Amino acid sequence: MQGNSSFRLPTAQGYYGDFGGAYIPEMLYPNVEELQLRYLEILDEPGFQRAFRDLLRDYVGRPTPLYFAKRLSQRFQTNIYLKREDLCHTGAHKINNTIGQILLAQRLGKQRIIAETGAGQHGVATATVCALMGLSCIVYMGEKDIERQAPNVARMRMLGAKVIPATSGSKTLKDATNEAIRDWINNPTDTHYIIGSVVGPHPYPDMVARLQSVISEETRWQLKEKTGSELPTHVVACVGGGSNAAGAFYHFLDEPGVELVAVEAAGLGINSGMTAATTALGRPGILHGSKSLLMQTDDGQVVEPHSISAGLDYPGIGPLHANLFKSGRGKFLSATDEEAIRSAFEVAKLEGIIPALETAHAFAAIDQLSLTESDQVVICLSGRGDKDLATYMKQMDMTGS
Amino acid sequence: MSKLKDLFDRKQSGVLNVYCTAGYPGAESTMEVMEALQENGADIIELGMPYSDPLADGPVIQASSSIALLNGMSISRLFEQLAEMKDRIYIPVILMGYMNPVLQYGFERFCSDAARAGISGLILPDLPGYEFEHEYGAVVSKYGLDFIFLVTPETSEERIRKLDQLSSGFLYAVSSSSTTGSDKQMEDVSRYLQRLKGYGLKNPVLVGFGIKDRQSFETAGKYANGAIIGSAYIKALEGADDVRTSTKSFLDSILVKQTD
Repeated sequence: MQGNSSFRLPTAQGYYGDFGGAYIPEMLYPNVEELQLRYLEILDEPGFQRAFRDLLRDYVGRPTPLYFAKRLSQRFQTNIYLKREDLCHTGAHKINNTIGQILLAQRLGKQRIIAETGAGQHGVATATVCALMGLSCIVYMGEKDIERQAPNVARMRMLGAKVIPATSGSKTLKDATNEAIRDWINNPTDTHYIIGSVVGPHPYPDMVARLQSVISEETRWQLKEKTGSELPTHVVACVGGGSNAAGAFYHFLDEPGVELVAVEAAGLGINSGMTAATTALGRPGILHGSKSLLMQTDDGQVVEPHSISAGLDYPGIGPLHANLFKSGRGKFLSATDEEAIRSAFEVAKLEGIIPALETAHAFAAIDQLSLTESDQVVICLSGRGDKDLATYMKQMDMTGS
Repeated sequence: MSKLKDLFDRKQSGVLNVYCTAGYPGAESTMEVMEALQENGADIIELGMPYSDPLADGPVIQASSSIALLNGMSISRLFEQLAEMKDRIYIPVILMGYMNPVLQYGFERFCSDAARAGISGLILPDLPGYEFEHEYGAVVSKYGLDFIFLVTPETSEERIRKLDQLSSGFLYAVSSSSTTGSDKQMEDVSRYLQRLKGYGLKNPVLVGFGIKDRQSFETAGKYANGAIIGSAYIKALEGADDVRTSTKSFLDSILVKQTD
């Protein structure tokens, strides 16, 4: 079960170093095996690539800009570029993956699409592509997240998706994922499960990373246009399961000169018992079909995480990232709820951009990097903050700012 | 000799395997439930180790797991409770659970403690064949435990044969491709079980998922060596004042009495 030399590509069994694999009950085997056998062939098909690229350009609005954030750069005495995934249709990077997976589902002849969602961004992105292709869509969402992300729930419904609350466990993303997997077990032939992050059994982590890799593919040529070099000194992204980070890191993974910075949600603080900082607290374990780092009790029960941001409220991390952490290839930092909110307000006032709460964690970590005036830092601005206005408004009421 | 092999040598049809969750309904119910099952006609006990995220189980068993976890169950506590099992339970007992808690306990330590407690075999539905063959299978056999794989109506013939080769004790045939406890027409199931029977597998076959009453138990028995009951029994224990009485009336409703 040894890894290979690339940080990008898993082994044939789906392992990144010690992490990955497909730890699934037999009931899921035919579905997962079908994907394992066919995903590379489908993704490489010229017809698939053409359809994918066309939709990314004409429907999603790619390439997204790489924007030099002048005032933010001044503030931190360095050079900060924002990869504007917040400008994607539906407001976040999530749609890069759902466009790819819906095209794959069509090629597999599936008529029914299921998905899990935390912040609702992946749910909206899935509901959107299902509407686009005329496929029926069911989204599982934690009961607690349904309450705190009401605008996204309304968007999914308007797009024709059925939103089913997950009422077990912590009633958040982990439990929504359990319910989606159960649905797939109960509907083994006509359904495709669009996982929203680089988690789940092989081949999902690799498939989602490949579909999101368009982020770093564009970053390379855009940075070259702006600076003359394709390679930044740092790439910074927030990490829950890790899909925007996987996409932002992908084409830099095997460039050892580029420092890759993943920022986790510390919640109320790493040692508060109310956190989602997986690499700080997690041990190797198995959740949702892959071996990775996992926040758990000594008895191996999965711990209920906490983050103010529903999209980072997940007790695990994708196996690609677990390998970056263990090998030291990636630098893992964390930001608390409070730090993230403070950064969101700062970015709004300095750059006129309201970031999603998830993304705000990436900004909150800039302080923790010792950046110089010659550094070229790319931050993945994974999503916009419209969905988080209720949280931001509450903050303004409290502080009067 | 394996207790399971011994059982199937004696009895080739109508074998009843009943699932119960360790630490449910009460923290200290485990031994009492197992004794009640043994006294009232169960041939095998499948003892579930509760887990926070039991993907292959339906809502009834997940709810019992949540209660058991609230009751303070863990693998360490389970092995404490099983200290006297060897003296009190003579029918085969299989542990069923998920990989994560077992890995945290330590896979080899788990197998060793299970064997010492008198456990006959293991069902770990999220341990895949590949990892079993390359990493864990040798440890399981080192401690003389049987290991039971699941097959479903969607499993290909080639894979069924492979999983049959990897299994010992029996093969667990999931009757419909669904999580435990759902309703499914037994006719579809019969066709699938006939297909399995035609393969001439090395292991006896027990049918699980959706077996809830005498009729479904008997239908399953026509084409397989017996059946596994889970959710229906957990439901019967729900809010039960007395585990023994509830278990007796439940098993009486399933099994045809010798005197009938």
